[in-house]
Amino acid sequence: MKKIYDIIVIGAGSIGLPTAYNLAKAGMKVLVLETEPSPGQGNNKKAIGGVRATHSDFGKINICLRSIEILKTWQEDKGEDIGWLSNGYSYPAYNEKDAKELQDLMQIQQNFGLNIKWLSPDEYSEIVPGILKEGLQGSTYSPEDGSCSPLLVSAAYFEHCYKVGVEFHFQECVTGFDISAGKINKVFTNKGIYSCAKVVNSAGSYAREIGQLANLDLPVFPENHEAGITEPVERFFGPMVIDMRLAPGSANFYFYQNNEGQIVFCITPDPPVAGIDNRSTSVFLPMCSKRMLTIYPRLCNLKVRRTWRGQYPMTPDGFPVVGIMGEVNNLVNAVGMCGQGFMLGPGMGELITRICLESTTDKDLKILESFDPYRQFTSQEAFK
Amino acid sequence: MVEVACPSYVRSFTLLADNNRIAIHPILPIPEREEVYFYWNGQKLKAKRGEMIASALIANGISIFGHHHKDGSAQGIFCANGQCSQCSVIANGIAVKSCMTAVSENMIVQSLEGLPVLPTIDTPLNFEPLEYVKTDVLIIGGGPAGLSAAIELGKQNIPTLLIDDKYALGGKLVLQTHKFFGSQEDSSAGTRGIEIGRNLAADVAKYNSIEVWLNSTAVFVFSDKKVGILKDGIYKIVEPKRILNTAGAREKFLRFPGNNLARIYGAGAFQTLVNRDLVRPTQRLFIIGGGNVGLIAGYHSLQAGIEVVGLAEAMPVCGGYKVHSDKLKRLGVPIYTSHSILCANGKEAVESITIAEIDKNFQPLPGTEKTFACDTILIAVGLNPLSEFTLEAMEAGIPVEAAGDALEIAEASSAMFNGKIAGVKIAAELKGTRENPIPEEWYAKAEELKSPPGKTKNYQTPEKEEGIFPILHCLQEIPCNPCTTVCPTNSIKTEDGSLIAVPVYQGSCIGCGKCLLICPGLAITLVDYRKDKENPTVSIVYEVSNYPVKTGDKKILNDIDANELGEYIITAVKDFPKQHTQIVKFQVPKAIAKKVAGFRIQNKNVSTPLGNPVILEKTSDEAMVCLCERVSVSQVRELIKKGITDLNQIKAITRAGMGPCGSKTCEVLIKGLLRAEGIPEKEVVPNTKRPLFIEIPLEKFPDERAK
Repeated sequence: MKKIYDIIVIGAGSIGLPTAYNLAKAGMKVLVLETEPSPGQGNNKKAIGGVRATHSDFGKINICLRSIEILKTWQEDKGEDIGWLSNGYSYPAYNEKDAKELQDLMQIQQNFGLNIKWLSPDEYSEIVPGILKEGLQGSTYSPEDGSCSPLLVSAAYFEHCYKVGVEFHFQECVTGFDISAGKINKVFTNKGIYSCAKVVNSAGSYAREIGQLANLDLPVFPENHEAGITEPVERFFGPMVIDMRLAPGSANFYFYQNNEGQIVFCITPDPPVAGIDNRSTSVFLPMCSKRMLTIYPRLCNLKVRRTWRGQYPMTPDGFPVVGIMGEVNNLVNAVGMCGQGFMLGPGMGELITRICLESTTDKDLKILESFDPYRQFTSQEAFK
Repeated sequence: MVEVACPSYVRSFTLLADNNRIAIHPILPIPEREEVYFYWNGQKLKAKRGEMIASALIANGISIFGHHHKDGSAQGIFCANGQCSQCSVIANGIAVKSCMTAVSENMIVQSLEGLPVLPTIDTPLNFEPLEYVKTDVLIIGGGPAGLSAAIELGKQNIPTLLIDDKYALGGKLVLQTHKFFGSQEDSSAGTRGIEIGRNLAADVAKYNSIEVWLNSTAVFVFSDKKVGILKDGIYKIVEPKRILNTAGAREKFLRFPGNNLARIYGAGAFQTLVNRDLVRPTQRLFIIGGGNVGLIAGYHSLQAGIEVVGLAEAMPVCGGYKVHSDKLKRLGVPIYTSHSILCANGKEAVESITIAEIDKNFQPLPGTEKTFACDTILIAVGLNPLSEFTLEAMEAGIPVEAAGDALEIAEASSAMFNGKIAGVKIAAELKGTRENPIPEEWYAKAEELKSPPGKTKNYQTPEKEEGIFPILHCLQEIPCNPCTTVCPTNSIKTEDGSLIAVPVYQGSCIGCGKCLLICPGLAITLVDYRKDKENPTVSIVYEVSNYPVKTGDKKILNDIDANELGEYIITAVKDFPKQHTQIVKFQVPKAIAKKVAGFRIQNKNVSTPLGNPVILEKTSDEAMVCLCERVSVSQVRELIKKGITDLNQIKAITRAGMGPCGSKTCEVLIKGLLRAEGIPEKEVVPNTKRPLFIEIPLEKFPDERAK
């Protein structure tokens, strides 16, 4: 059986869903191929739900500013309650060096148009009551960042995809491409063969494998991260708290209280745990709880409800890889979101759509410089 | 009401009497326990030292423990097993599960109204290193299967850690006041469950290689081959070479309008409150489900002095043993077969139940509705194996076995036997024994012990009307034979000698009464023609002594099916204190002597329906599928109609399964709904199971040495 589509999107996740929605809304005939049985069942649902424009580069700041705009007004615009909360992000500093680095970065961020300010320890204690004050130098605070439910967002995008005519094939796995003259002509799956004009690779942790099917070497390497969620309690603190310090066994860790009142938390293992393994380990809770309770003892009586493990599809420098690679000129890669696919998704979906429709703006081109597939990957994202 | 001095922060001076305690029980001793006082929403109440908050509240007649944060509906006890969080209260400022938290002197307990407020404890914490424990075998669950396996491992001196989340070993055996079925040699048939539990625990204690951790809950088998266990409130990591999952089963729930009212719960919760905690959570009970669990719960209720208004079973015949349903009917509890619950009625908690007859497709027949006043509904509609520890161990790559209900739902007699098989098998594997250590006949026996009831036969009673002999009112094939092994003259045999066949009397009865006393079904009477051939004496075994009987009392006798045979006077009552049993004798005309099977104790008016049935305007769509997150049938059905058959997606959209219990109740209900909507099982994607098994405070986890 052979069907013809304008665009085939690989992956119904954080990037694939907004991309498919925007493409179909623009009149494209879109097919989404997804190996999981439902949308958002890969790493989208593993995201903890934070959405920040607090990044260190023009590209991500601008994509995420757009994501925030879309998500913040979603209920008003499209109807579904996705649990949006403008609770802000904060990066507290517990030593002078970190404080200086964060404050220096703030200058750049403010220049890129980000609403971010520095709070004194007392001011910070007002929005995070009970936070450890010993050694606290102050904290950044970006009040317009926020959070919402990745599960509800993907369900909402899925719903709207249907309304604009996107076709979905679940439990279907891409097995190869028919490529000639630098173009993908056909997509092979375990269930069928499809013809299309363009293909979007938004396969998340499997982006590298999809690239290989087109003879591309995409530098995307998944790393395992674990996260957890507690029981809900009455709201008692405001922003996402991100502690950037290194500790034995871990790099940064972060937590926030979502709109249900639950505290969602996550830690970055150090050294990283490469590969794809969704099974929980015994290491996560003893390590993460120790760090959380050290800076925030008030959390001690909160009951942990669930934990899970997912992947950050990492790139060598911590920035996504977005765009066409010369060898296959109708394959648009939107990969290597480095664990930020959920917050980048809504804005990224619009950008990918403009790339596919060949209607990118000057600003888009400037944004894409951050994500250039041909960059040297030598710099390091400050907020990786 | 008693005037008591109380601290200034307590508003009320009234002390409620803790009237809902069981003061007499035919089987269970009522221990003397020290009294302590605690405060409930400002009111001073009495409790027994060490009892759970939930039981203390119920003893004081309180059944609503708070209101749900989503819809404000009342919440109370549901699982009584630490698995859900419906019984949550605020104890000394912290939200806790009242069924798992012991009350303490002067504890301030408040109802949980909406979301709890986290206490503002801001003192820096000190962390301790976590303890890591290595063992050869970890047995999760100290019930009949786990204990039986531990004994076999102990015999072979294999280092074994046996954990159980309760304060005593025995699992559900500690709640089983009735005598057990099965065979005497393999499963202590004829002995009461509580005694079997005690005996097995005593056996386990003999072996030095077995370490027992009580009050210890396994939270997950992690991929790094480590098991997290919360022991007495301290988190520990166990590294076992093998795991045996004997964690038992969990109860199924039902969808019906009003299923989120307070005072609706499962038989396990009920038996825990009544038989372990000796409190009376209800005055008037209605039971849904005629399996052994529901039938036995009805019997236990009568022994606890609770009125049993009725029992409804959807199938035309009860699925439980006929001897159980016969016994319940004879005592005066009507059993409505081919009936189902239509709705539970009440403002916040159950005030009445409406049942209706159902057709072959389980649809209610209009005009057959009946409403009964009751304050509690017990749902006993079957069990599902608690298989997650097995699956987690397999994922982690730890060799694992399961036994008892965690493997397959069956009677405890079967659990003990397949626990023994699992123990022997694991021991052999650890010792590197090549050949299979399990004799073939053990597997055959295991199969036999878990047999469901078979055919129902006719009476095979002797024609003669002279001498003395037993009447075996045990007409259904069930795996049980203690009457055959106890008879000193070898006069009772099963039809073909097998465990499952019905027993038949043939031989020379000497009237010792041993068969009466041992029969778990209380299904044997003795007819004695020796003194008066025309008016023989019938002996009936009786163990509901909280409804006292004495010589001279008049009782309505009935036959096996509870058909009345007339009112007769008790001619003698003989006590068997060791067996907690009495033998009650009647002199009756010979025409009915062989038919007499029991006598009624519960007044008929207990079971009279209300004049007009209450039929709710609500449709079945308003029933809840997820009690934790208050997700209704209609919300889920709407998604199914859209083509969504992945439980993970249903969860993502509705939050069904995201609550504290971790989809332990709703998963089965949603699968049932998918089935009802005609979705083939192979198209249904099950929920992804994740840690933790139960909610645990964050402060339990930090490891001082964490890297």
